[in-house]
Amino acid sequence: MEAGRDDFVIAIRSAFIQRGNKQRFSLFFLLILSIILLVLGKFNFSVINYIKISVKELVYRSSFIVSVPENYLIDGYINLKDHFTYYDHYQDLKKENKELISNIENNNFVVSENIRLKKIIDDYIIVSDEIVAKVLIDKQSPFLRSIIVNKGSKDNIKLGMAVLDGEFLVGKVVEVNYTTSRVLLLSDLNSKIPVTIEPEGYQSILSGTGKNDGIIQYSKEEISLEEGSTVFTSGSGAIFKSGIPIGKILEKTKVSYFSDFSQLRFIKIISFEKEEN
Amino acid sequence: MSRFGKGKILNKLLELGPIFLLYISVLNEFDFNYLQLTYFSFNFPFILIFYWSLKKPEHLGYGLIFFAGVINDVVIGFPIGMSSFTYLLICGFAAYLKNITLRPSILKDWLFFLFSVLAVSSLSYSALVLFFQFKLNYLDIIINIIFTFFLYVIIANIFEFYQKLISNRDKND
Repeated sequence: MEAGRDDFVIAIRSAFIQRGNKQRFSLFFLLILSIILLVLGKFNFSVINYIKISVKELVYRSSFIVSVPENYLIDGYINLKDHFTYYDHYQDLKKENKELISNIENNNFVVSENIRLKKIIDDYIIVSDEIVAKVLIDKQSPFLRSIIVNKGSKDNIKLGMAVLDGEFLVGKVVEVNYTTSRVLLLSDLNSKIPVTIEPEGYQSILSGTGKNDGIIQYSKEEISLEEGSTVFTSGSGAIFKSGIPIGKILEKTKVSYFSDFSQLRFIKIISFEKEEN
Repeated sequence: MSRFGKGKILNKLLELGPIFLLYISVLNEFDFNYLQLTYFSFNFPFILIFYWSLKKPEHLGYGLIFFAGVINDVVIGFPIGMSSFTYLLICGFAAYLKNITLRPSILKDWLFFLFSVLAVSSLSYSALVLFFQFKLNYLDIIINIIFTFFLYVIIANIFEFYQKLISNRDKND
């Protein structure tokens, strides 16, 4: 029994403390270093933050270059997949186009009326900055849903700015480096956005699920959402302006996003401010 | 002389293969996420680090594994040091298994790999959720562990073939 315990201790000591053949550091030293980095990072130690920013700048660029061959494969795979669904897509788009043409006419009138009314109540918000950025890294990790874009503090990117794919909201900026930024996608578990569901007019919070859909949460009472209702930003909390389209209600509280987060290549980063009279 | 020089360079490059593969995999994850398979993901660096730390630790320096972990944290957005910690623990488990094993067998390695991945993932999950207030889907992690476990045998066999290739070249030289 004693000997067994001794063997265990010797094996552990040999594995963790002794430096192996051709090893410059012992495992124990590097494990302690990792823990120190974690703890200092948690308490926002300034030196660690500078190291983090430098490493991030370097790694994001390297990762983009290393990802080039894989991106070719991914594009090839997506093109092949699309090829088999072209005809169905075409039929759907034809139908959708007809509806859209009729909607545009109505929409133009409503938009101009809305602008006029909002100006009256001093709530007309304009886009102050619109920066187009390229997606550098899109890992589609099952744990954290975020992308890295090639614009940073150098280009006036600030924390919390809205990120759009065309006209659809896809996320917000959560980390800003000098030439790059990280965007937390709406599908991430940690994403919470105040929304309005139209035409019912419910106010709620849209949470990411870590998958390709979102979920409506934190509504005061049991709300009955109709399939096909549209989810917009509500503008509460002054994070985003109201009325940015996000997605549609699929079933119960499940939301299907308008934008396909796996296909993001270029995105718009914008901030909003009130129009000065 | 020239042939001798070229052979040596090639051998050196082959020996550096696991390190290259580790750095490429952390910069550009080999997880086929783009296939959008709802329940499929695996942790390639865990397999690579465990296998090479167990069989040929001299091909995979601990310092380089530490930096690979830092890079992985930056790429996926985890707190700096988390992946380094998990990778080094995997190294530790592999080194321990190497120390206590007299007759190596793939089955023993495989089962110990499962134990190591479970222990390390539990630790990192607890640290991320409790200490860093991250929200993580428990089911996704379990699925990731299961696929990592099953793919270990396949990838370990490929690595074994690669390792034999290096050994044969060394013997011939």
